[in-house]
Amino acid sequence: MTTQILTYLFVSASFILYIGIAIWSRAGSTKDFYVAGGGVHPVMNGMATAADWMSAASFISMAGIISFMGRDGSVYLMGWTGGYVLLALLLAPYLRKFGRFTVPDFIGERYYSKGARIVAVICLIFISFTYVAGQMRGVGIVFSRYLEVEVTTGVIIGMAVVFMYAVLGGMKGITYTQVAQYCVLIFAYMVPAIFISIMITDNPIPQLGFGSEVNDGSGLSVLQKLDGVLMDLGFNAYTAGTKSTIDVFAITAALMFGTAGLPHVLVRFFTVPKVSDARLSAGYALVFIAILYTTAPAVASFARLNLVDTLHNSSYEQAPQWFSNWEQTGLVGWEDKNDDGIMHYSAGSDNEVTVDRDIMVLANPEIANLPGWVIALVAAGGVAAALSTAAGLLLVISSAISHDVLKKTLMPNISEKQELLFARLAAAVAVCVAGLFGIYPPAFVAQVVAFAFGLAAASLFPALLLGIFYKPMNKEGAITGMLVGLIFTFSYIVYFKFVSPQLNTAEHWLFGISPEGIGFIGMLLNIICAFGISKITNPPPLEVQNLVDDIRIPAGAGIAHQH
Amino acid sequence: MTEEIYDHQGENLPPATHHDQQTISEENLTTYWQSNLRLLAKLLSVWFLVSFGCGIILADWLDQFSLFGFKLGFWFAQQGAIYAFVALIFIYSWRMKTLEHKFGVDDDEENS
Repeated sequence: MTTQILTYLFVSASFILYIGIAIWSRAGSTKDFYVAGGGVHPVMNGMATAADWMSAASFISMAGIISFMGRDGSVYLMGWTGGYVLLALLLAPYLRKFGRFTVPDFIGERYYSKGARIVAVICLIFISFTYVAGQMRGVGIVFSRYLEVEVTTGVIIGMAVVFMYAVLGGMKGITYTQVAQYCVLIFAYMVPAIFISIMITDNPIPQLGFGSEVNDGSGLSVLQKLDGVLMDLGFNAYTAGTKSTIDVFAITAALMFGTAGLPHVLVRFFTVPKVSDARLSAGYALVFIAILYTTAPAVASFARLNLVDTLHNSSYEQAPQWFSNWEQTGLVGWEDKNDDGIMHYSAGSDNEVTVDRDIMVLANPEIANLPGWVIALVAAGGVAAALSTAAGLLLVISSAISHDVLKKTLMPNISEKQELLFARLAAAVAVCVAGLFGIYPPAFVAQVVAFAFGLAAASLFPALLLGIFYKPMNKEGAITGMLVGLIFTFSYIVYFKFVSPQLNTAEHWLFGISPEGIGFIGMLLNIICAFGISKITNPPPLEVQNLVDDIRIPAGAGIAHQH
Repeated sequence: MTEEIYDHQGENLPPATHHDQQTISEENLTTYWQSNLRLLAKLLSVWFLVSFGCGIILADWLDQFSLFGFKLGFWFAQQGAIYAFVALIFIYSWRMKTLEHKFGVDDDEENS
């Protein structure tokens, strides 16, 4: 069978699996739809969270980004994992004890106002739509690369599948499909990674191969050799960074605090039965995420080393098969500037080889000479990664609309049946809007996805944290804080990215912090304003203070306190 | 005004625990919370140290040492910090279970 047929077979088999799960796990109540009935096993929820978390960008692009950024790529590795510590220690258990359906539910009740709830909904929709637009585009691109269909067709197929299980099954359908999607995507990521590690270092464990000697008899370790060859070609050493320490610090912090404030991640911890399960589940989630996140930097270094080794100074005639395969897609290219028939790769203007960062993962199976079914598997994995993240985001958007805007604010008298219907409708509309974003991507999408983290760090994270750990925090403080953080971070990003992109250099930045890291400053501003305003306004009512007492202990809902 | 927004009737509350009929003393609650905060302070210091400390601020200095064939600062930034994060969450989970039993605020279910 050809690779193409195998790919179709694998991807369709995975779709049948997802749709089968969706039919089996239909949502019967709002509780099923919003939080999967609140009865998901912590390990299952850990897998679902990992699939929710790892998008097409993590699966396909991250190793490539690190491959070309070298040490500077560490911000993503630490930033996108460290947030889970904050989530497990500071937020998830308390939000689970609070026992409602959405993140704005907590903000609305803890800050005893519909205003606070609506501000939280605005932050949530802002963050989630920026994020989901990039995902739908990713779905389209994955389809077009592997199945050779138009990006538009790809987006429509993706929408149809997500529509099936998100609208039918809500959180319940999404959770169990995400578990299946995690298994597909991690297997698809690890198989080529293990083989390429064996190929370069003889060590089957990529994380260990990363530090081992290259098996070419030179006695150098992978990183020493990589530093050497890259410097010879005029690049920076792989293990040396180019960003300033303060910028690396701020970007890492913005990504970590942002991760902990992302609604589609937080809401996953509303689905486990108990408070202690929420803590444990965050641990399992990070284990499942860490498997990919510790492999990615290893793959990044192997792929870069292999790229230089096989392409630089070798004749085009003898280029490996994968090079010509991927040349057709435009992801790699060669322009013979000096007409010698030899490919020359360097950092200077005499460079003849162009390489798209995504190739580092996409071409891995071919580089390691793996059979066609592995390539088909990677295709199914890429599709799984993109769909699972898109579905998680669409769910938080639709529950914010049906639950927070309609049920809790505009139409408090609707029945549960009606609310469930609105939830399904909102999910259907959100899928279509996200699909349109994927087909007609606004020019800014690619640039702003990373900023969703900055916005989450600057708006939602402090409001949640202070709501749990600082009892005197009141609605005036929290609302001001959220708005200041959101507006400051948003304006800074828009200014440097769209209004005056020519000024987007270190000397113009505030304290030398790039727009990617500014969410950290936004978060500090949020906290300072929230404290300041709460000192000069009325403390929260006694009832709310009792609520804070109640969520601080894991023991039962009906427990009495002796005051 | 507050009444209608704050109904305290959660739709998704955790199940009843064996403490439901009990009254927990204010003193127990306060000491429990303070022990939790102390534990959080310790673990978050480690969190800061392995990532922002060893992976960023001290990374250049640590690079003079080597571990498993890596420069140490580089290893922390691309591998070590992630392993430490995983360990921190499980340590917290385990320590909190102990604390909760000690102060009688655990969420073990009625029949367990």
